[in-house]
Amino acid sequence: MFDISPAEWTAVLLSLKVGLVATLVATPFGIAIAWLLARYHFWGKSLVDAVIYLPLVLPPVVTGYLLLLTFGRKGLVGGWLADHLGIVFAFRWTGAALACGIMSFPLLVRPIRLSIEAVDRRLEQAASTLGAAPWKVFLTVTLPLALPGVLAGMVLGFAKAIGEFGATITFVSNIPGETQTISAAIYTLTQVPDGDAAALRLVGVSIVISMIALVTSEWFARRATQRMHGT
Amino acid sequence: MLHVDVFKKLGDFTVEVKFTGEGRVTGLFGSSGAGKTSLVNMIAGLLKPDRGFIAVGNDVVDDTLAGIHVPPHRRRIGYVFQDARLFPHLSVSQNLHYGRRMNGVAHDHAHQDRVVDLLDIGQLLMRRTGQLSGGERQRVALGRALLMQPRLLLLDEPLGSLDSARKAEILPYLIRLRDEAGVPMVYVSHDPNELRRLAAQVVVIKRGHVAAFGDADSVLAEIAPQFVD
Repeated sequence: MFDISPAEWTAVLLSLKVGLVATLVATPFGIAIAWLLARYHFWGKSLVDAVIYLPLVLPPVVTGYLLLLTFGRKGLVGGWLADHLGIVFAFRWTGAALACGIMSFPLLVRPIRLSIEAVDRRLEQAASTLGAAPWKVFLTVTLPLALPGVLAGMVLGFAKAIGEFGATITFVSNIPGETQTISAAIYTLTQVPDGDAAALRLVGVSIVISMIALVTSEWFARRATQRMHGT
Repeated sequence: MLHVDVFKKLGDFTVEVKFTGEGRVTGLFGSSGAGKTSLVNMIAGLLKPDRGFIAVGNDVVDDTLAGIHVPPHRRRIGYVFQDARLFPHLSVSQNLHYGRRMNGVAHDHAHQDRVVDLLDIGQLLMRRTGQLSGGERQRVALGRALLMQPRLLLLDEPLGSLDSARKAEILPYLIRLRDEAGVPMVYVSHDPNELRRLAAQVVVIKRGHVAAFGDADSVLAEIAPQFVD
């Protein structure tokens, strides 16, 4: 059963690559947004909040189509990026990473935001009286205390990115070796007469990856509590 | 020398305090809710006065007329909180060195040894902060504030959360600190006994205003005669 063929491996590795790149690129933005939402009240905050959570509630096909309109070769942003910086998203694995990054963003941001909200502001005050400028307070107190939440968010975001299907297939199609992730490969296999065995193998792989992600995320959440108590 | 002349409105409550501290230890005495912590937060820079002036020695850290408000991280005023506020993700030793690192002060082994000896915390250095008793936490917090080499030390009821046995354990360290560390201190307390043993001058704060100010023995004799022999 676990005799995975080279073509299937390609899909698995591509999924891992897309998920990893999406998560790593999205994390700094996720931390910045989470910090803004956790610490500041500003005009339009609920709008920002809503836009971030939008991919969670919109049909993925809609998100994918909007990405195609914006980041496609003829899209407003996509055209400019292709002409000036040579960055192309359409029908490339980078586009898959972009779609996955946006779809998983809400899951990435939420644990980070919660963990930043849980950081005791009085510790930050103590740090500032000890001579730490605001950015140093963030790097030496806030972020380290929120780190388990950041990692939990990254793991969840990664798991979501790996499984993303609708937006990705709409935006960058289903090209083996370039944009065909595990989900897209499973979908393709279910459409052909004797793809069942291969589909099941990939189903097994994605269950294993998801389980590992969930357990890791739980472990980070437990670490967070210990860290807050200094044990 | 510490000059304070501030006005701050906090909801329905106003803090309006003026005094000049000259001794090594200036005591701030008052019941809880009198505005002592707000006042200390203003000296530390954590709270900005609506109007007024604060200077440490000749250095003006707040002057609302001149538009001066030096942020807390540039004041170099050590602050020991009632609840210690040690960083839970750092070891005791890393906590002690935090202020020194943030201020870019070179590692001075002699100074560190003096502080560690003074507070008797040498055996705690490798511990996590969660494993410390209340008294140990306060001693580490004192050490952390001292190692940044502050020009003024604010102590906001550092014994407030300790039982009387622990208080008796820490008080001698504070007296040693006053006599050996050479850093002027502002000591906040609602316990006349502590102030009588530590402070040269006492400012009595009542509902945000100065009710009495003068040398410790006479002020405390007036306010709380039962505590003075």
